[in-house]
Amino acid sequence: MIKLLEGPQTLGRGPVFWSCFLAVLAGALIYPLFADSYDVGNFSYFLIWIFMALGLCLMWGYGGMLSFGQTLFFGIAGYAYGVLAINMGGGTTTIAALLLSVVIAMIAAGILGYFMIWGGINGIFFGIVTLSATLVLAFFLGQTAGPEWHIGDARLNGFNGMKGMDPLAIGSVYIEGSALYYVMVALIVIVYLALRMLVNSGIGNVIVATRENPQRAEMLGYDVRKYQLLTFVLGSGLAGLSGALYTSWGQFITPSSIGLPAAAMPIVWVAFSGRSDLTATLVGSFLLLFGFQTITVYSQQAALVLMGALLLATVMAAPQGFVLGIGKFVADRLTGRGKRGEADLSAASTLKTDEA
Amino acid sequence: MSAEVFSVFYQFADVFAFLILSAAGLAIVFGMMGVINMAHGEFIMCGAYVTVGLVNLGVPLPIAQIAAAITAGLIGVVVEYLIVRRFYKRPLDSLLATWGLSLIVTQSMLLIVGSSVRGIGTPEGSFAIGAYTFSSYRLVLFAAAVAVLVGLYIVFMKTRFGVIARATMQNAAMARALGARTGRIYAISFGIGAGLAGLCGALYAPTMTLIPTMGATFVVESFVTVVIGGANVLLGTAPAALLLAAIRMTLNASYGQIIGQIGMLVAVILIIRVLPEGLSSVLVRRGR
Repeated sequence: MIKLLEGPQTLGRGPVFWSCFLAVLAGALIYPLFADSYDVGNFSYFLIWIFMALGLCLMWGYGGMLSFGQTLFFGIAGYAYGVLAINMGGGTTTIAALLLSVVIAMIAAGILGYFMIWGGINGIFFGIVTLSATLVLAFFLGQTAGPEWHIGDARLNGFNGMKGMDPLAIGSVYIEGSALYYVMVALIVIVYLALRMLVNSGIGNVIVATRENPQRAEMLGYDVRKYQLLTFVLGSGLAGLSGALYTSWGQFITPSSIGLPAAAMPIVWVAFSGRSDLTATLVGSFLLLFGFQTITVYSQQAALVLMGALLLATVMAAPQGFVLGIGKFVADRLTGRGKRGEADLSAASTLKTDEA
Repeated sequence: MSAEVFSVFYQFADVFAFLILSAAGLAIVFGMMGVINMAHGEFIMCGAYVTVGLVNLGVPLPIAQIAAAITAGLIGVVVEYLIVRRFYKRPLDSLLATWGLSLIVTQSMLLIVGSSVRGIGTPEGSFAIGAYTFSSYRLVLFAAAVAVLVGLYIVFMKTRFGVIARATMQNAAMARALGARTGRIYAISFGIGAGLAGLCGALYAPTMTLIPTMGATFVVESFVTVVIGGANVLLGTAPAALLLAAIRMTLNASYGQIIGQIGMLVAVILIIRVLPEGLSSVLVRRGR
């Protein structure tokens, strides 16, 4: 199992990489001791979105399925957590609400994924069908104002969004502040390492083979549809985890976190970071979220313009992603492969670009 | 009785016109270049803003609408030249690039213009059949949708440009070898697509609230129509719009707009399970 942490599908191996990993982790763990609670809360907020980015990285970078529906499953799980937490009461049951809402998002992904994947929808259409579903959910929730729209005791409240659910709690103790931060860090470490193992395992190799050439993978005896559905359900489930955590963090969720422009954000993070590697996505998404939040304080529109410009710049200048490119460059320098490694890489990346 | 029949036709025509007008530009660009223009909604928004701006300056509405469509078309040609033409071999990246453009345009408009612009009212005029009163402008929209379909048919089937465009669509390399300037064909096609999007915005401008994010209202309808239409847009778009309009109208009448939209989406998801290549694939097979 441990061996699978390193492999051909993930960048970063050997003592240097893992020392860096542990150093960053240690920094993350002692951070709350030095920072004030407001900053810790903000950091938890950035970490919420990482799951969604990692899920998209798995689907798009490894599975070759460009889903524009991350916020669809984010919204389904976010609203599901709200409905469940309000109806089942607070306390420890909120943990069950969190798990159930992720399961609900995965079931929804399974149903939508079945029709698309078994129908044979691919490439561009996969993106626009998932985006259509996302926008329809956002429109639907946007018009659910009024007392007649409720599930049990939970009012959907239309465009203003649902509120009043309890945050995650154990017994009568709310998981918030530093405790929530540590829960997030732990979840990210678990999800990140688990995804590394997944993509380096046999299943992961089939997922990558399907991305490279679905016909060839099928000829080798794999039912690629099952692997694609698995990838889609897992990736969307991670978006669901983000959604449920988001609702719990702020005790509200609105349709605007589902529709445009929110739906474009995961695409920007992952494209800018480098979709073909989990580590690049993790680092890049965090940096972008940090930058976005800093600018949003002054002007949300300006921050979104910058996001659009980054997306455009990425596809025009570095289709493989900026963070990934820089990471590979640094890694080459460190391992002393120097110029030759670079030349090979750039040759490989131009080849890939042409194919795509 | 005839009033009821006309009422059903009127509702159908309303939905059909919306689907055709919002999808036509997107479908042309997709059919010719295999590119989905994610900034489609922003070209629609552009058409609407230009129309309203000109009308507020005193230009008569129909002239403002035509000018708006031409403006959007010209901007489309520029966008094709600067951005889209780099991505014909990378359709997925074209999706991302145009989405980036869409974000930039929408949010810049919010920054510069703000969220409220003085709109123009729907042109007056109504007529009555039996006990029902209908707005004339909705019939103008239907007529415009039919005119767009007929116009596209004439341009692509009866003109020299159309022959070369269809040749390029079928086999770009061969068309190039035979002397067609495919680059120019692509630029013109993208311009036509953007112009049709602008026309859509121009036609719906009097009926809607003008906000920079208004493009999103049209996006779902245009996407699903193109998905159901399939790769051969000249064959597929109109039947797809007919089918979806029938589904949507039935649901709208009984359950309201939002259920109509959800029902249309569900129908689309069910249809792609059976016909992933869209209606045009069936029609092409029948034709052989």
